[in-house]
Amino acid sequence: MSKHSKKQSITPEMLREALKGSFQKLNPRYMMKNPVMFVVEVGFFVTLLLSFFPNLFGGNNEGLRIYNIIVSVILFVTVLFANFAESVAEGRGKAQAASLKKTQKDTEAHVLDENGSIRTVSSSELKKGDIVLVKAGEIIPGDGEVIEGIASVDESAITGESAPVVRENGGDFCSVTGGTTVVSDWLKIEITSDPGHSFLDRMISLVEGASRKKTPNEIALNTLLVSLTIIFLIVIVTLYPIGLYTGVELSTSTLIALMVCLIPTTIGGLLSAIGIAGMDRVTQFNVIAMSGKAVEACGDVDTMILDKTGTITFGNRLAADFLPVQGADKKELIRCAVLTCFHDSTPEGKSTLDLARKLGDTTEEPISSQFYEFTAQSRMSGLDLADGTSIRKGASDAIIRYAQQQGGKIPTDLQEHVEKVSSLGGTPLVVCKNSQILGVIYLKDTVKPGMRERFERLRAIGIKTVMCTGDNPLTAATIAEEAGVDGFVAECKPEDKIAVIRKEQADGKIVAMTGDGTNDAPALAQANVGLAMNSGTTAAKEAANMVDLDSDPTKILEVVEIGKQLLITRGSLTTFSIANDIAKYFAIIPAMFMAAIPQLGVLNIMHLASTNSAILSALIFNALIIPALIPLAMKGVKYRPMSSGKMLARNMLIYGLGGVITPFIGIKLIDLVISPLLLMIGL
Amino acid sequence: MLQLVVSLTIYLVMVIPVGAYLYHIMAGKRTFADPVFDRIDRVIYKVGGIHAEKQMDWKQYAGALILTNGVMMILSYLVLRLQNLLFFNPNGIGAMAPDLSFNTIISFMTNTNLQHYAGESGLSYLSQMLVITFMMFVSAASGYAACAAFIRGLTGQSKTSLGNFYADLVRITTRILIPFSIVGGLLLVWQGVPQNLSGNIVVDTLEGTKQVIASGPVAALEIIKHLGTNGGGFLGANSATPIENPTVLTNLIEMYSMMLLPGACVIAFGKMARDGRSRRMADNALPVHREGLTAKLLGREGRSIFLAMSILFVIGLGLCYWAECQGNPALAAVGLNQSMGSMEGKEMRFGVTLSSLFTTVTTSFTTGTVNNMHDTLTPLGGLVPMLHMMLNVVFGGKGVGLMNMILYAILAVFICGLMVGRTPEYLGKKIEGREMKLTALCIIIHPLLILVFSALAIGTTAGQAGITNGGFHGLSQILYEFASSAANNGSGFEGLADNTLFWNITTGLAMFFGRYLSIVIQLAIVGSLMKKRSVNESAGTLQTSTVSFAVILVFVVYIFAALTFFPALALGPIAEHLTLWG
Repeated sequence: MSKHSKKQSITPEMLREALKGSFQKLNPRYMMKNPVMFVVEVGFFVTLLLSFFPNLFGGNNEGLRIYNIIVSVILFVTVLFANFAESVAEGRGKAQAASLKKTQKDTEAHVLDENGSIRTVSSSELKKGDIVLVKAGEIIPGDGEVIEGIASVDESAITGESAPVVRENGGDFCSVTGGTTVVSDWLKIEITSDPGHSFLDRMISLVEGASRKKTPNEIALNTLLVSLTIIFLIVIVTLYPIGLYTGVELSTSTLIALMVCLIPTTIGGLLSAIGIAGMDRVTQFNVIAMSGKAVEACGDVDTMILDKTGTITFGNRLAADFLPVQGADKKELIRCAVLTCFHDSTPEGKSTLDLARKLGDTTEEPISSQFYEFTAQSRMSGLDLADGTSIRKGASDAIIRYAQQQGGKIPTDLQEHVEKVSSLGGTPLVVCKNSQILGVIYLKDTVKPGMRERFERLRAIGIKTVMCTGDNPLTAATIAEEAGVDGFVAECKPEDKIAVIRKEQADGKIVAMTGDGTNDAPALAQANVGLAMNSGTTAAKEAANMVDLDSDPTKILEVVEIGKQLLITRGSLTTFSIANDIAKYFAIIPAMFMAAIPQLGVLNIMHLASTNSAILSALIFNALIIPALIPLAMKGVKYRPMSSGKMLARNMLIYGLGGVITPFIGIKLIDLVISPLLLMIGL
Repeated sequence: MLQLVVSLTIYLVMVIPVGAYLYHIMAGKRTFADPVFDRIDRVIYKVGGIHAEKQMDWKQYAGALILTNGVMMILSYLVLRLQNLLFFNPNGIGAMAPDLSFNTIISFMTNTNLQHYAGESGLSYLSQMLVITFMMFVSAASGYAACAAFIRGLTGQSKTSLGNFYADLVRITTRILIPFSIVGGLLLVWQGVPQNLSGNIVVDTLEGTKQVIASGPVAALEIIKHLGTNGGGFLGANSATPIENPTVLTNLIEMYSMMLLPGACVIAFGKMARDGRSRRMADNALPVHREGLTAKLLGREGRSIFLAMSILFVIGLGLCYWAECQGNPALAAVGLNQSMGSMEGKEMRFGVTLSSLFTTVTTSFTTGTVNNMHDTLTPLGGLVPMLHMMLNVVFGGKGVGLMNMILYAILAVFICGLMVGRTPEYLGKKIEGREMKLTALCIIIHPLLILVFSALAIGTTAGQAGITNGGFHGLSQILYEFASSAANNGSGFEGLADNTLFWNITTGLAMFFGRYLSIVIQLAIVGSLMKKRSVNESAGTLQTSTVSFAVILVFVVYIFAALTFFPALALGPIAEHLTLWG
């Protein structure tokens, strides 16, 4: 689906495992969880008994022995195929879990005691709150947060991404995952999880499918399948006396064969495989879904709340120019801007410094100053020098308010500069010294390529995109226009995000969002689908129901499509399975009664060779269709964004009409093959 | 052919204003006639001690319905058992047997009107009026009340309440059934249907024998029999007799009066669904659909349901008409001209066209009245009425058909919704495990009752004793009887010797469960849906107001309902047809 996906083909070893699994799953206690296939298994036991004792239910049915044996074998294989489908799907998950487990080796941890001494313990003994020191070349022993130091970390064990990422104290890049390797420098880490409960542990159990629960939609669909099974059970049980009245005595195995053909075995056999495979497709995307329910909810998403920075734009808003206001000196503006940047490690700060140096500024780092970090609330950063001068840079309205509080006047041409930058799609960063506003730093932001087309696709399937940004309305509007989102919230604080989500939800909408910062956590929890970045804080990851290991926020778009694809696959195979019944009726009903009522032969529109071959062909088709559809169940039905009407028409045509026609052809072909064979063994 | 097209076109013209009127009654909106009816209703509320404004949740509503019906059943049972002692009995009719009374009471209270007695010899005029005609009103009004509550819940008029059952019962009776009955009844009287309390007339015929000509309060029963989709005739031979249905005009009046309200229900549903949607979307800037003419008249959601029902109806009608036109090859073989089609058991004044139309209408709209003997229909012609009772969604009677169709719509939505990549929703509500469970249960009931009782009848001597024609036709007789009971239709194949303990009890049970279990479950479904938060509608939402959804709905009905009965039908009418023509 995109460059992200790690292709994982099915290996012969996985097939062997799956085969073993499909036999293990024959245990009736396990089969009971899947009522449709359980009925088939019961049918198998009955026909098996009848193979040994053909006269079990009275009468003289010695001649039916071979027929009973064949029916019971086909039923057995049908159950096996269904189990196999589930095992194959599980196998892929297990393979992924195994590769994750490899990273979970026991490692040495250097715990820093309160008195500063270092003791070495095993990583499995680490408790929440322990502080460990990890140097270059060492493996991080557990999940935690960086409390000191800056280092590049190789997270490829988890993300598969070979380029190391920077982890440092404070901000949204402080979270590290156990099993990753520090490649340069050192980190002091506070452990945030107890042994056995680390993020990796939970991921492994999720991927393995150990904690898999049926999703609400699966439960509802299962109800439908069970009710269909009951209806056909009634049909079959009552058919015996009705047949008897018209002079046809139907054999038990024929009735069982008819029932197995009619109950929705195809979807019944593939349902759990579809669910597991859907989760698995998400995992292959390097996104860990905390539950199947979350993936399902993706299909229903109506609104996506997207952060502008990092999701829609590259987010590295780099300084491009300094624009002094009238009466202010450009040199002074640059000097003040630089002063605020020494402790500002954001790309904005760093690029401002770089630009200033390029323009020949040589300001030194001031001694004993008080630095104010940028927060989402204050929306500015800056410092107070030792002489009491306070310098701030930040969003224009925040700085204006700040300057006004200090009793300053707002330069008349400030608004003009701000608007000019905004209209160019840039971000104006206003700089002030005490109460005097000096000018504007022009930060340039770029929309990622291809975003417009993506939003176009989302719109086609009825998903509204809302961009959230801390920028002023003008900047936001420019970027929104460029990216093609449906709406935007400018000057957005974390609380605003929750408000937006709540408002959308009040209209009955399902909301998805991405986030990484700790202050995103409440919003992630409020959203129906919350995708946290692996690089984000633990709080964010805890609150979300999905975690993206690659920390690529745009992936939410693909995850939604996977969710939809999962539901479509489920619906399509259900339709296919039910539509198959028409052909099966036309194969079996005339065959059952043709002997006693020759006129019913007219209904034998497939011209099947004989009663036995008709019933067995239908039964064999019923069994073979399961493995034939495994690849589709695993891969998912092809999904292309289009309106619901078109999509319905298209899928109905393929799986509805296809489901009607395919078995007519399939059963006829099987009949052509087996009827001579049956003649040979005298049936 | 032209006759069919013209009749159905006139129907379409008539059903739209009636639908609009019914919508106003069901939704509690003002109508031009309110000044009169409000006064009448207030008197009734006062006398009956009804607090019309008290709102009921689904449990209270279903409880009120069952309790009211139960009390009426007990009282009516007493009347039938004691009719020989009571007044208005000029023909000196004796008390009805216990098992037959059991069957008759359930039959009329459930709006089935399966008649295991012949009216002229089994009922006094008091019973005809107090039990039969009375129940025809009440059972129809109960059904429409349940339907009104169902639609209100489904379209989200309120989050907790379905309305007040007693108020609905009264409003539907006074504002719809009685006024419509008076107009229709007078039209029937004008065409010669008797309405008096005199005894039967005995005349000397030209051949010199004596003939008893039935008389009594026929017209009053006749109109509500159709209007309330009841179907129980004053006389055993029902609307085939010239007493009940003397002319082509009365035939049309009777046909339209059974078709009007079930069709109008769908329109009322469509209009209420539209109101519901605009309520949901009130504070949501959503693209407002530009409505075409049909959408304006029927409501978008109502239109697709109406279309699906019409498709099913026309397919059935076409098959029945075609089969009857083919005549009977066995009779042709002995030299009887079959150019008029199969006329056996049909009235000359109606012919094949009006007979097959009436047959399809009476079983689709679950009335059960007959203007020809269904037992003598050609095998495929007889398959159609049987199938439509098995489906029980082709308009259906007294609102129940609509409720059943909505269940199939829920099924269709469930499958189609997944196919467009969303978890299923209908009319802005998510369809989840609980709704699916109830829907599935409700859909199982129908085949369960028909097939299990049929198998029981065919497997026991008591049951087989009722069969008057052996072979495949005998199976058809049995299937027909139980399909008619379970669907609360009441039309009889008439060949069956059904006034026996076995048949009275089994069909009684089938009617009872077919009616009350379904209604309770259906109300439970809306009770569960209405509590849910409405979901948003977007371009990705499955549209249920389209022609393609109607077509899918038809397929879902055929696959889920018809295929269930295919083996039984293959051994009954289909085998009979193939043998006859083979």
